[in-house]
Amino acid sequence: MNLRTLFRVGALLCAVGLTAGCQTVKPYDYTNFRAHPPRSILVLPPLNESTAIEGTYGYLTTVTRPVAERGYYVFPVAVVDQFMKENGLPTANEMQQAPLAKVAEITGADAVLFLDLKQYGAHYQILSSVVIVEVAAKLVDTRTGILLWEGHGAAQQGSNGSGNILGDLIAAAIDQAINKHTDRAHQVSRLANANLFFPEQTGLPYGPYSPKYDKAH
Amino acid sequence: MTRAIFVLGAGLMLAGCAAPQSRYEWGSYEEVVYASYLAHDDVPAEKQVEFLEKDYQTARSTNRRMPPGWHAHLGYLYYQVGRGDQARQELLTEKAEFPESAVFVDRLLANVKKQ
Repeated sequence: MNLRTLFRVGALLCAVGLTAGCQTVKPYDYTNFRAHPPRSILVLPPLNESTAIEGTYGYLTTVTRPVAERGYYVFPVAVVDQFMKENGLPTANEMQQAPLAKVAEITGADAVLFLDLKQYGAHYQILSSVVIVEVAAKLVDTRTGILLWEGHGAAQQGSNGSGNILGDLIAAAIDQAINKHTDRAHQVSRLANANLFFPEQTGLPYGPYSPKYDKAH
Repeated sequence: MTRAIFVLGAGLMLAGCAAPQSRYEWGSYEEVVYASYLAHDDVPAEKQVEFLEKDYQTARSTNRRMPPGWHAHLGYLYYQVGRGDQARQELLTEKAEFPESAVFVDRLLANVKKQ
């Protein structure tokens, strides 16, 4: 087998690998998104279907970073939450049911991210526990009410260390005075968010503050 | 030819493996917001302000921007602890840095003025 044959075999294997990879993920249809590309995203507190009361804010406080890093203006989540509470919407359910036109008028947001926390917290088994976070997201255009994007993300972590070097590094960088208070599901939320927002074919597309933003959109 | 492909491949791998460099100084922002909800007794508003002010110093020394919403959040904390002038200043900074925030920030500014 000479070098050229080897190269051809390699190329063929790569092509097969790529095809196999493509078949497992159905790309999201971004037609609506490209027709109404948002600059700013209002993240509302999630509906909480989990059994953990702390999930609402334990999860909400992990969403700003991935969405902002993707290239969007993200409204300050706690300030928005407080503003809504002071204006007659005391719960996440009520906030998510507020008319979009009203939300757009009050905040000027191009799109609202509706989150549904399916699972948040530890599931105890006989010898160990596993922390699971699962979330569904819908991004809706505030002017038209059109669904721009939706996705689903989940992550879990066993009781024996995180097994995630990046997550460990991030956790280590956080000031201990604060970090000792954060629950493990809060950290696992960041992994779930990576699975929700970052996949190239199903995730949230790059926004205007990202150097990878496609200006042709 | 083979060599060129190898170099290109290695370059792509390096690009793919390089740790994503954030364009913002996140510091402890999200953890401070977490604390405001779930650890308020241990990390009261004054302490939250200290964390954010420290992050701002880091950002200045490394010449990086604060993330979207950060200045508005600090303004909200200043407002809570009765530092109205600084609250206004942070809200104006949010609007200057991120024009997308203008509608919402103007509402907050109107509230701060009422105080």
